[in-house]
Amino acid sequence: MMPVTLVAQPVASPHAHGGNSVRRTMIRVQAALVPATLYGFWLYGWPSFFLWCLTLGACLGFEALSLKLAGNTRIRASLLDGSAALTGWLLAMTLPPWAPWWVAVLGGFIAIVIGKQVFGGLGQNVFNPAMVARVALLVSFPLPLTQWVQPLPMIHLPAPDLVEGLRIFLTSLPLPDAMTSATLLGHSKTELSRGVDLLQVLAASQTPALSWLGMRAGSFGESAAVLIFAGGLYLLITRVISWHTPLAVLAGVAIPAAIGHAIDPGRYLSVEAHVLSGALMLGAFFIATDYVTSPNTGSGQIVFGLGVGFLTWIIRTVGGYPEGMAFAVLLMNSLTPVIDRFIKPRILGRDRKGRPLDVPEPEGT
Amino acid sequence: MGFMNLFKQLLGDDWGVHPDDHKGPAADQPLRVMPVPARLYLPLQQHLGSAARPCVLVGQQVKKGELIAEAQGMVSAPLHAPTSGTITAVTEITAPHPSGLSLPAIILEADGSDTWIDLSGCEDPFALTPMEIGKRVAAAGVVGLGGAAFPSAVKLTGASRAKVTTLVMNGGECEPYLSCDDRQMRDQAAGIVDGIRIMLHATGATEALVGIEDNKPEAIAAMQAAAAGVANVRICPVPARYPMGSEKQLIHVLTGKEVPADGRAFDIGVVVHNVGTALAMRAAIREGKPLISRIVTVNGACAAQPGNIEVRIGTLAEEVIAFAGGIKGDGIGLARRVMGGPMMGMQIPHWRVPVVKGTSGILAFNATEVAEQSPDPCIRCGSCVKACPMGLLPLEMSARIRNEAFDEAIGLGLKDCIACGCCAYVCPSKIPLVQYFVHAKGELAAQDRAKLRNDATKKLAQQRQERLDREAREKAEAAAKRKAEREAAAAAKAAAEAAKAAATVNPETQGESA
Repeated sequence: MMPVTLVAQPVASPHAHGGNSVRRTMIRVQAALVPATLYGFWLYGWPSFFLWCLTLGACLGFEALSLKLAGNTRIRASLLDGSAALTGWLLAMTLPPWAPWWVAVLGGFIAIVIGKQVFGGLGQNVFNPAMVARVALLVSFPLPLTQWVQPLPMIHLPAPDLVEGLRIFLTSLPLPDAMTSATLLGHSKTELSRGVDLLQVLAASQTPALSWLGMRAGSFGESAAVLIFAGGLYLLITRVISWHTPLAVLAGVAIPAAIGHAIDPGRYLSVEAHVLSGALMLGAFFIATDYVTSPNTGSGQIVFGLGVGFLTWIIRTVGGYPEGMAFAVLLMNSLTPVIDRFIKPRILGRDRKGRPLDVPEPEGT
Repeated sequence: MGFMNLFKQLLGDDWGVHPDDHKGPAADQPLRVMPVPARLYLPLQQHLGSAARPCVLVGQQVKKGELIAEAQGMVSAPLHAPTSGTITAVTEITAPHPSGLSLPAIILEADGSDTWIDLSGCEDPFALTPMEIGKRVAAAGVVGLGGAAFPSAVKLTGASRAKVTTLVMNGGECEPYLSCDDRQMRDQAAGIVDGIRIMLHATGATEALVGIEDNKPEAIAAMQAAAAGVANVRICPVPARYPMGSEKQLIHVLTGKEVPADGRAFDIGVVVHNVGTALAMRAAIREGKPLISRIVTVNGACAAQPGNIEVRIGTLAEEVIAFAGGIKGDGIGLARRVMGGPMMGMQIPHWRVPVVKGTSGILAFNATEVAEQSPDPCIRCGSCVKACPMGLLPLEMSARIRNEAFDEAIGLGLKDCIACGCCAYVCPSKIPLVQYFVHAKGELAAQDRAKLRNDATKKLAQQRQERLDREAREKAEAAAKRKAEREAAAAAKAAAEAAKAAATVNPETQGESA
């Protein structure tokens, strides 16, 4: 017997582990994003690829820098856990596909440094880092953040080649009008504010199309609802996430949308338009399910999800912005500690309020 | 069942975990009986409660089954010689505990003849009163063999006094790797059922529910066959899920009742015993045999020949492993030694630790099995919340404990924690959650003890002060009294003298005046 094995540090039970790890979880989420991401590259070409690369790189770089400044000795392990890369990935998914390079770098800085590391790093942040960055960018630089390019699949002739893509990405010149388009939500909001009835707006020929496959203007990664949904299903099957949050988010949007549309289709978009537009699918399955910033219990997640969905609908319908997912998520993030405080599982042998159950009277007395 | 389970999982009603059970190949190996080793090490405390008190002298010859240490106190169990031989020492040996601290034990040197003392069994246990059965079980030193080692007689008499209606037999054996109960149910089902009937008689319960996890089909079949003719013994297969064998969980699954947080199983008319204990009790009643041996599972990736072995209490783990076939590769790759199961068992510092009454397994793990890793930060994934069979919030509790906010941790249910280890098992960040809870409970116990001691000291000091005050008061009163008396006496004396003087002076004055 080797002498080293004679002295073992006493370790509390259990002496077995299920094998799950932070890294495995993060990798699974990233794997779920792959189809939508590849499809995004195909739809929007080289600029979107550069944007994705630089956003991820910026997040990893700022993560390493923050950890180094904080005197962390496990920088490598922390980078390899995949959380910073996932933040970058999610942020990239929500950006306009042809956003210039500095959007990626600044977004990475806001997400990692301001959104995550100042709170104390992984697991400590109150708000979803990617959404913090998305909202900060949108509020600070509305123009580049709302230039939605028309999908130009790589096989199309006008699609930019590698060099052209790099030029678009690095120079951030305004895009030619012919290539841009409004999103469905943006278009309807503008037209509604001009006093045009939604029924007329949607009947007009230049209205952005609604498509499960995302063949329309939109963010780089979130327009292909069906692929995002497939990724979400993968996460559900591998039990990375539970059904509570996504279902509640979708219900939170769909229920008011259905009621509103039934009352006045001229003012309120249909359920389909809401569910397939903007960041809703991505938000329901990938953003609102963020472990760190959402409640821990199933019931808490339902409350949280309904809140996110309902606020999204409110902002989209009566707010100043065409899309409200990011705002809704941040608002509900701030409520997470409260939800967790009030919604707790019932302890076995206690009632909901934590008092011990009554001892039943013996039978026959 | 599979579909229902999936449905329940989707709904979130999925407490506990589903660890890889690692029951085979040990469970399928025939039981081996280990010969008596040369020396046996018998700790005086092998059970919950107060330690036994030795009643033998060094150098004394004892026979197999002879009482060598008697129970003391209400909750305790006696100890019997597992073989015949000579008592060579009453000394301190390494405890089966991670600390490696020592505890008092009797050392018995076997003489090799292994001769029994005269046993007095009982032909018809059902003619005995429950009280008498309780006494005999207590005298035989039977304790719960599932691992907690609570003196069985205390539970039996308590149950009969509390008028329980249901006897829950724990054949869950939900701990991975362990198969000693499984083996006994397969091999000695008839004996177990007989033991259950004796227990029913002793507790006054009207029916026995035997919960067996459905990953042990052979045991279920054997027990069903054995219980076929017995009306009030029901074999209930339960889904394999850890910690199904935990008292509160098993009661909930089998009877639908919940044990109140501040109560015990008795309060809802239930008493729980392990199936192995039924056999030990039966031997104690029918044959008069005390508990001197038990079945231990030797398992783990480093065990060369995993299997179940019947060993005498007091045999060193080292010798059990050597008998079982040793450790693979002379111990290279051995990462952890564990007594009990992997989920709730204890790490032991070395193999020279004796098997006690509650030892269900001796496990030799390699590095892959224990998956040791420095913890990552908590990502609040909530896996622990889903896994907790008690409905607690392990992540919140550990965060409070890290800040030493024990009161808040209690508010979150720290005292309801059964230390089953589900939370730490599923934690992706590999945070040693159970360690936090055990630490906090230890701190709280220490605080309680300190508080008791403080209170006692305060009370003593107060009493002393009162006594001193009283004494001072009494002294002062006595002094005052004495002074008063003295003064009174002096006054009286003075008065008397004055009178006397007057009497004597008067004539003078009279004379003077005269």
